[in-house]
Amino acid sequence: MPKLNHLKKVVVIGSGPIIIGQAAEFDYSGSQALTTLKAEGIETILVNSNPATIMTDKEMATKVYMEPLTTEFLKQIIIKERPDGLLPSLGGQTGLNLALKLAEEGFLEHEGVDLLGVNLNTIKKAEDRELFKQLMQELSEPIPESKTISSLDEAIDFKKQVPLPLIIRPAFTLGGTGGGIAKTEEEFEKVVKSGLHASPINQVLIEKSIAGFREIEYEIIRDKNDNVIVVCNMENLDPVGVHTGDSIVVAPSQTLTDKEHQILRDSSLKIIRALKIEGGCNVQLAIDPLSFNYYVIEVNPRVSRSSALASKATGYPIAQIATLISIGYTLDEIKNPITKNTSACFEPSIDYIVTKIPRWPYDKFISADRKLGTQMKATGEVMAIGRNFEESLLKGIRGLEIKRDHLWSKESSKADTEELLASIQSPTDDRIFELAELIRRDVSIHELHNLTRVDLWFLNKLLNIIKIEKALAESPQDKDLILRAKKYGFSDTYLASLNNQSPIEFREFRKSLGINPVFKMVDTCAAEFESQTPYFYSTYGTENESSETGNESILVIGSGPIRIGQGVEFDYATVHAIKAIRALGYKAIVVNNNPETVSTDFNVSDKLYFDPITFEDVMNIIELEKPKGVICQFGGQTAINLTPQLAQAGVTVLGTSYDSIDIAENRNRFEELLNTIDIAQPMGTTFLNTDEALKKATQLGYPLMLRPSYVIGGEAMEIVYDDKELIEYAKKANEIWPDRPVLMDKYLIGLEIEVDAICDGTDICVPGIMEHIERSGVHSGDSFAVYPPQSLSDQMIEKIIATTKKLALELKIIGLVNIQFIVKKDQLYVLEVNPRSSRTIPFLSKVTNTQMAQIATKAVLGNSLKEQNIQTGLLPTTEYIAIKAPVFSFSKLAMVDTALGPEMKSTGEAIGRDTNLPRALYKAFTAAGMEIPSYGTILVTVADKHKDETLPILKRYHQAGFKFLATSGTAKFLKDNKLPAQEITKISDNSNDILEAIKKGKVDLIINTISKGKDSESDGFKMRRMAAETGVICLTSIDTSLALIKTIEMNSLNSLPL
Amino acid sequence: MDNKMYLYLENGMEFEGKAVGHQLEEPQLSEIVFNTSMIGYQEVITDPSYCFQSIVFTYPLIGNYGINLDDYETLAPSANSIVLGEYAQKPSNFRQRYTLEQFLDLHQIAGIHHVDTRMITKVIRQSGTMKSILFPNKLSESECKDLFKQDLRSDQIPFVSTDKICHFPSHGGLRIVMFDFGYKKNILESLLKRGCDVIVVPYNTSAEKVKLFNPQGIVLSNGPGDPMSITETIPVIQELQKAYPIFSICMGHQIFALANGAKTTKMKFGHRGSNQPVKDFAKNKVYITAQNHGYCVTEDSISGTDLEITQINLNDGTIEGLKHKTLPSFSVQYHPEASPGPNDTKFLFDQFIHNIKEYHA
Repeated sequence: MPKLNHLKKVVVIGSGPIIIGQAAEFDYSGSQALTTLKAEGIETILVNSNPATIMTDKEMATKVYMEPLTTEFLKQIIIKERPDGLLPSLGGQTGLNLALKLAEEGFLEHEGVDLLGVNLNTIKKAEDRELFKQLMQELSEPIPESKTISSLDEAIDFKKQVPLPLIIRPAFTLGGTGGGIAKTEEEFEKVVKSGLHASPINQVLIEKSIAGFREIEYEIIRDKNDNVIVVCNMENLDPVGVHTGDSIVVAPSQTLTDKEHQILRDSSLKIIRALKIEGGCNVQLAIDPLSFNYYVIEVNPRVSRSSALASKATGYPIAQIATLISIGYTLDEIKNPITKNTSACFEPSIDYIVTKIPRWPYDKFISADRKLGTQMKATGEVMAIGRNFEESLLKGIRGLEIKRDHLWSKESSKADTEELLASIQSPTDDRIFELAELIRRDVSIHELHNLTRVDLWFLNKLLNIIKIEKALAESPQDKDLILRAKKYGFSDTYLASLNNQSPIEFREFRKSLGINPVFKMVDTCAAEFESQTPYFYSTYGTENESSETGNESILVIGSGPIRIGQGVEFDYATVHAIKAIRALGYKAIVVNNNPETVSTDFNVSDKLYFDPITFEDVMNIIELEKPKGVICQFGGQTAINLTPQLAQAGVTVLGTSYDSIDIAENRNRFEELLNTIDIAQPMGTTFLNTDEALKKATQLGYPLMLRPSYVIGGEAMEIVYDDKELIEYAKKANEIWPDRPVLMDKYLIGLEIEVDAICDGTDICVPGIMEHIERSGVHSGDSFAVYPPQSLSDQMIEKIIATTKKLALELKIIGLVNIQFIVKKDQLYVLEVNPRSSRTIPFLSKVTNTQMAQIATKAVLGNSLKEQNIQTGLLPTTEYIAIKAPVFSFSKLAMVDTALGPEMKSTGEAIGRDTNLPRALYKAFTAAGMEIPSYGTILVTVADKHKDETLPILKRYHQAGFKFLATSGTAKFLKDNKLPAQEITKISDNSNDILEAIKKGKVDLIINTISKGKDSESDGFKMRRMAAETGVICLTSIDTSLALIKTIEMNSLNSLPL
Repeated sequence: MDNKMYLYLENGMEFEGKAVGHQLEEPQLSEIVFNTSMIGYQEVITDPSYCFQSIVFTYPLIGNYGINLDDYETLAPSANSIVLGEYAQKPSNFRQRYTLEQFLDLHQIAGIHHVDTRMITKVIRQSGTMKSILFPNKLSESECKDLFKQDLRSDQIPFVSTDKICHFPSHGGLRIVMFDFGYKKNILESLLKRGCDVIVVPYNTSAEKVKLFNPQGIVLSNGPGDPMSITETIPVIQELQKAYPIFSICMGHQIFALANGAKTTKMKFGHRGSNQPVKDFAKNKVYITAQNHGYCVTEDSISGTDLEITQINLNDGTIEGLKHKTLPSFSVQYHPEASPGPNDTKFLFDQFIHNIKEYHA
């Protein structure tokens, strides 16, 4: 037996809720680890607080604990389960940190639990800045010289040893706010001073600047026999200075000669050997474009986002192999799972170019600071595969779903050249489009290279795209030119618009020219060995390697890159749909372009197409595969948005029809339906322009809820209170969505209820009802949701179920439907109906123990609920109370207001589950990353309209022992009501007292119910930002404040005097 | 620009692409092979072991960093032609002196690009290494057939081996005689780097002549083609191994095996790339190695000889390393000098030097 014999039971730590920098990639790696351990006959105990993941499915592990990821809970579980080993390296930084804490405390040793895959002593060397520096010095591996300093004099001393340019990074500020690069003496003094000031502990790290170096990453695996392989190397298009998670990345490296590559490979190998990692590791290096000089930037001693990317880019399953190694196998004992007859101990060779492009949340956070730097800001990413760089880049861009189908953006096309030249020097998410626009305006690529240090190789490729564009503009119908454009990745929609054709017309025209894509296999070995991998991408070449699966297959459309509003929940549903399809004996084919997900693990489906989710690319697959039908309802709005075009092209869309989807999304048709079946909804209407908006607003009366049609996650949803705000919104909407009507509803303040149901056309099954803690007005994705509902009467529940059934049947739903209701004064109003899988499907599936997406898929494929033996109506309530808590990434997004409203802002979710509400709430808050204070100071600002309602809640905080800090208005209100409060000067009165108090840790909790105003200059905004950046809990809803005090009360033991 | 070029395969397949590099007046007949290295095309094209061959690069973008003055494995490359997905017209690298195209012109190497290299690779994988013709004009089926009737040249080693003895002196260093079957520069450099005094001799140098140089060790270099094409060298090696520690690489390894009674055979499509896993039994370790060979030593021919298998290829189990049971000589099928490829096995040069010192101690 090669594996470690004593390992019978292993604890795996997941990465918890999704935040920026730690996303679905850990569901992918964790799921792979669990599957691998199971196949080895090892009992697995999973701990993860993120219910939206595949890995927390009951059947994924022997036991799944959806508990908060804290040492407190982990210890409890370990004591209860008595495992032999703990595998921490697949749960991101969260998993690793927790495991290290347990190990350092001596807990693991005491309990006889082996730490698998990592070595405590050496891991610290990778994680601790000083120890890392020491280790690199021992290994003679170069790192940029640096020093932590607390005064200008110290900085000047350092400058004597290390010449300018220098980077100044203030300690404990968001993304290095207040720091920067100093290139001249004057700049130096200025930046050091501002950096020292910005840091709450007046400390900065001063470091040699290597900005402009090429950034290269190595994904490596090592086993206990010291065998090491490089799975993949990757090159960032953006030179050092932009976080690799925010960089456009290609694999393999493009501009390195073998000499440079081997220098970096040797360095990476030396480091992983010194760290004695048994498993996966990521090394980031910087290499001078003008010499062989290089620096080691960072080491991640675990499976990471980059390794997920490398796995999908090469086909080599890093997490699976790393898991096998962590339980004692050596690389040469493992077969390559792709070819099945060669060794896993080799370095993949690929015969295509992979491009990863980050997906940023700026469509949601319009006010956010879009500058890219050392703090990652992207929520997700797309990966695209092509036989040349241009093709993979353009496929990537059209897969981003940012309303761009080409290397062209309206914003940059309108900007003047000077503006663009300035902008590319401090990169934002738009830089690639700005570079293209400048090339289009004949700015030389040498100038662009001098300004940005983006390698000329990449810029030349952009130039090639522009050259083809220009040639096409002359003769858009030229066959050779169209073929060339297609080979270099141009989209049909772009080419169609040049020819004034619809995409469908152009498609026919292109096909009539005999220009058709082929599909090539991803096989880890550049075709050297025969492989059976069912993993393909489209390109324009000679040989097609994929073949028709035919009538026994179903195509599932995935949900694309992770963004706010469309997260891992939709990949969860996609994976379940695939499982159900296969369970019914069909072949499941999936198309998706997100490298982080489980659905793009080629082992999950019968066939994986890694391609953009656009009409063009999906139709290419459909025309080859000729599936029985296509399922769109699990891939979020991405897939749903394809239904009109697919239906128009004659494709069988299985499940709820396009017409029904249209009724649900089309305001007038929906209203008509509700009227016919006598269901109430908040009074509402639509408008196309400002005049119409104002007229209709007078009829409805303020406040009003506004949103564009056909969007997800409450994108651009806003509550307006007067004409001025309405006009502003109407103007903006008209600019972004010129032809789409804006929905305008009366904003009802009430209890928000959410229901997910499965309908087969005759019956419905409602596994559960969720009640939101926050009243209507806070986006459902940002609310705490409670299952089962706590404040609904039996009659109301009956009414909700009856209404759900009526709606589902009238809409002819086949599959899933999500309905949001408002209950106000015993009246039930329908807020919206989503004829598709929703964000709450995984949560509800888990807490009700019902595989909703699978049942729905079977219904879609013609198996009625009765045939499936599924109980209809509302299922009986389970004994546990479960809470879905939203998790935000505000600390990573400068200038984003943390106040909650109708537009979704959370990036992930956590679960709290227990036998009573306060306990479940405690777990939910803890799992969401909040450290619940049991005493301390609350900074309170309450809007006038909320004062009466807030008073009893504040009294409870007072009784629990909290002190209040408040500005004059609120302080007076508190004192008037016999609550002691310390007064503090408002920020707008030119005082920094509030911000300093937060920064210095004198505030433990902020309750800030906002009065209107999105102005970033407002007191509230500044206060909320400071809270986000210093990690102080800031509640903007009265309802959440109430929930929190309930938890605190439950937790505090009363000391009673005699 | 954008001249057409056609590639014809012995199995009747035909590919139309664009011409790059040397202009062909006559149809060019070559053996077609594929290499899976993603980086290092300059070293690959200038590796003398590709003499008279047509190299398909499985990586579709070749020429990205141009050609520099340092990374030649020989200054007189002898590959016939290259087959590419796309040739990068605008290279970028600080050491770049030429574009790939200028280099091809300079060395009269022909090329075709914008062909489906993955498809061609699969054909070679499935049907084995075969003859191919490159020509800028359309050829009829019968013209191709006639051309394919010709034999491929089998005089590669005499063609690439030096005809003069060359000395790379180093005072006080170990004196090494290297038999040149078409050596890669980095083998020489690896020896020089370790302070060796190296004398490079033609492939057909006699044992007596070698002994005159009074070497302390002998290296048998890599080289192109079939080891059986230079059987005259075999008795020379038999003679020399009795007196000197020998380190043999690639072609040298095959000659060393033949000299000790083992046999070689032609492989279906060989090993050419930078990612071949090799298991070392003695150390129980795996190395990632650079390889370029179309022939190998057969496993069943080892029994009964004085050779012992030390290393095998983890993918197909073929022999990657041999050592003599009684003499201080060993050999590897792969390229410890890398270039291009991983440096995992450079230590073999140190081991060789260690063997010499031990032997003479």
